[in-house]
Amino acid sequence: MENFTPITSFIGGLLIGVSTSMLILFMGKIAGISGIVASLLQFKNTPKGHYTWRLLFIAGLLISSTVYQAFAQLPVSEISASTSTLIIAGLMVGFGSKMGSGCTSGHGVCGLSRLSLRSLIATMSFMLIGFVVTYLILHVV
Amino acid sequence: MMKNIITFSAGLIFGLGLIISGMTNPAKVIGFLDLAGDWDPSLAFVMLGAIAVAFFAFRKAESKGTTIFDETIHLPAKTHITKELIIGSMLFGVGWALAGFCPGPAIVALGAGYQQALIFVIAMLAGMVAHEYLYKK
Repeated sequence: MENFTPITSFIGGLLIGVSTSMLILFMGKIAGISGIVASLLQFKNTPKGHYTWRLLFIAGLLISSTVYQAFAQLPVSEISASTSTLIIAGLMVGFGSKMGSGCTSGHGVCGLSRLSLRSLIATMSFMLIGFVVTYLILHVV
Repeated sequence: MMKNIITFSAGLIFGLGLIISGMTNPAKVIGFLDLAGDWDPSLAFVMLGAIAVAFFAFRKAESKGTTIFDETIHLPAKTHITKELIIGSMLFGVGWALAGFCPGPAIVALGAGYQQALIFVIAMLAGMVAHEYLYKK
């Protein structure tokens, strides 16, 4: 477990919790990233203000690397997947999160915080399959 | 204006949380999923940290029913365990493990200028559109 970073990971998690709390307590919205992005792709019969908060939240995510860089060296993202794998993975993440109504943030953080059984089942589903796929890729194929 | 500042700040704090926690590094996410290798349990600590805070916010939101600005909060009401929930989550999980990216970290890495993150995000948007198209009523 030489890469284990319990303290910084927990602190980062606290910040994610703070962000999620701000969104629910001030805005009444769920910080589910896949849901926010998917809703930005809907163009028919959207209520007033449908896009504003979602675009602002995504803008905050996009600018976060630049803000971090102003204070410290940005950690490297080591991406080993090939272009074709990234495309297949992206398609599956997009399609699957829409079909399953959520992702790691919506189900894994918000849903579990609400003690939602649906989100527990969803989180267990993507984690278990993630363990299996990773095992197959790194230790079998 | 106040709400816009809060929402933008929430996105920024979420992104900083992902960076600080190490989750914008796909290798670290895969390190969590690789139980048989040099296992890195960090991702579980990220979730614990996030839930430790959000749990109280959602309890407050559910008991009060309104936001700080006195607007009604609509929380997800679905409770049924459907095959879409499980199959969709499993498809998501396969993609997540293949790339080491889920939507939040991919968007943050895109903001940092990673071309691979751009490819992943475009494919993710296409996957969402494909679902919308296939399941439109």
